[in-house]
Amino acid sequence: MSGVMSSLSTPGNVVVSRRAVTEAAWLRGLLIALALAFLGVFLVVPLVLVFQEAFSKGWQAYLAALTEPDAWHAVKLTLIAAGLAVPLNVVFGVAAAWSLTKFHFRGKQVLITLIDLPFAVSPVIAGLIYVLVFGSRGWLGPWLEEHNLSIIYAVPGIVLATVFVTFPFVARELIPLMQEQGVSQEEAALTLGASGWQTFRRVTLPSIKWGLLYGIILCNARAMGEFGAVSVVSGHIRGKTNTLPLHVEILYNEYQFAAAFAVASMLALLAVVTLVAKSFLEFKHQRDRERAAHAAARQEVS
Amino acid sequence: MSIQVRDLRKTFGHFKALDDVSLTFHSGELVALLGPSGCGKTTLLRIIAGLEYPDSGAVLFSGEDATFTHVRERGVGFVFQHYALFRHMTVFDNVAFGLTVRPRKQRPSREEIAKRVHRLLELVQLDWLADRYPDQLSGGQRQRIALARALAVEPRVLLLDEPFGALDARVRKDLRGWLRRLHDELHITSIFVTHDQEEAMEVADRIVLINQGRVEQVGTPQEIYNAPASPFVYGFIGDANRLSGHAAGGWAELAGLRVPAPEFGQSEPRPVTGYIRPHDIQLQAGDKGEGVAVRVESVAQVGAALRVGVRIPNGDTALQVELPHHGGHWPFQVGEPVRALPCAARVFARDGAH
Repeated sequence: MSGVMSSLSTPGNVVVSRRAVTEAAWLRGLLIALALAFLGVFLVVPLVLVFQEAFSKGWQAYLAALTEPDAWHAVKLTLIAAGLAVPLNVVFGVAAAWSLTKFHFRGKQVLITLIDLPFAVSPVIAGLIYVLVFGSRGWLGPWLEEHNLSIIYAVPGIVLATVFVTFPFVARELIPLMQEQGVSQEEAALTLGASGWQTFRRVTLPSIKWGLLYGIILCNARAMGEFGAVSVVSGHIRGKTNTLPLHVEILYNEYQFAAAFAVASMLALLAVVTLVAKSFLEFKHQRDRERAAHAAARQEVS
Repeated sequence: MSIQVRDLRKTFGHFKALDDVSLTFHSGELVALLGPSGCGKTTLLRIIAGLEYPDSGAVLFSGEDATFTHVRERGVGFVFQHYALFRHMTVFDNVAFGLTVRPRKQRPSREEIAKRVHRLLELVQLDWLADRYPDQLSGGQRQRIALARALAVEPRVLLLDEPFGALDARVRKDLRGWLRRLHDELHITSIFVTHDQEEAMEVADRIVLINQGRVEQVGTPQEIYNAPASPFVYGFIGDANRLSGHAAGGWAELAGLRVPAPEFGQSEPRPVTGYIRPHDIQLQAGDKGEGVAVRVESVAQVGAALRVGVRIPNGDTALQVELPHHGGHWPFQVGEPVRALPCAARVFARDGAH
């Protein structure tokens, strides 16, 4: 995953040229065929099947499955969870990346490792952590109960779990980018009299905006699609604490295959939209770069 | 505005970047901080700018303590080695930045800002580039824009960190002359960091030579070249033949060459190291007469000078000699025996380090 993400943050133009390092035609053909076959079997066929199953009982059934109140509630809950988790993680991510790349302090490496923790830990464990902390038998459980606050098996728990699993996306995207940019632009802004906020808004933010948007898209995709962590803290209460992925599971377990796949197709569509948005960003970013390069080249000629 | 630094110390971990540095920069002068890389010159500049704080010591602007004044309030213009232009802004917006971030009450009107930016762009002779982005400029143009941007806020001091370090040799040369003329026009107290002695000699009113976090010598380019205060300065500024020998009775004997050493009047010989500039050695044809007998090993024409490599057979010491050169005639041939006569030298007592 990190390989895919870093593609946007690597600077410099990609120079397409004939390489000395190449292989025989049959070998290239074989490798490409293998890659395509793999993609076909593991990605395209399942995706097609999802939609085929979704429409197996016709349009009406498809629409009914999506407009059913429980499904509709799951959509809303998913949007709420993502709508809270993404902005929170944008703030956390930018703050973490900023402090890690612009300041020197002890324990920097520890912090970088901690940011990666949600990637390393199984989402189920992430969910369990919150149950242990906020659950009725957890640390804060009795206190929460006294004050009539529910976190586990309620919306706050779902949001917390989502925030946890999506935490690294924005920070991970920004850290290499900001590291590479260094601090001299910010220093220049300070010597010119800009305040910290002005420096951030007018200098730092514009220079990280593509990386940030990219991080947001990935963060959002994961926030909407998260199953494991959310499953542990949600309690699967229909129409109350079910998100879209959980709703799919429930429907599937109840043998409502067409409905399950109809809802699943929404998630699949979301993935497609995410990919398109991601490609669009990459394209725009690339074009900006090329434009600048072209203009520079033109100027050199003249 | 004059700047004073007093007893500055700064360490990074175990590395002593500045070790008790005290200096005065007079109002309106252009000073070079010169030294090998890692000698602390950039740290000193950054402390003056307020981008770094000293461990101890003080920075005074016009006699007022500014050691812990925030960089925003110091009123310094800083030019970075790698320009640090805002890449997402046009040249115009880059130069205007310092004016547009001012609090509303102090901010000039839009028209006033535009007028000032264009005046500055004219000053750096790049008015026609106002709508370009930094990526579209050459290195030399970027550095001039960076300078215009620094000047836009009407700084009291201009600080330049290796301003021409990232440029190629010819552009560097052009920009040096241009910086000197610009300074003569503006008369703003300016300090620039460089590791290039030629650049410092050519541009600066005064040079501060720094080595390993300490000031080695302060003086005009002439003073530093003609009267180096330490072996380090001698070795760093210009070429020099370094010879070891002994001194006594006001004279030093360096590998057979006899040079005056008035600092060493004592009678018993002391170990010394002598420095002789290549152009301070004369060569005379023939193997009889004054000086020491040497053999010509190489002759090369470099611009207007003739570089002759000779070897003193006794002790097998090599010497570089530089002679003025007129026309195509070479006075000496390889293998020819000649006599070398030093006409100026500088002798330092040898203590372990040198």
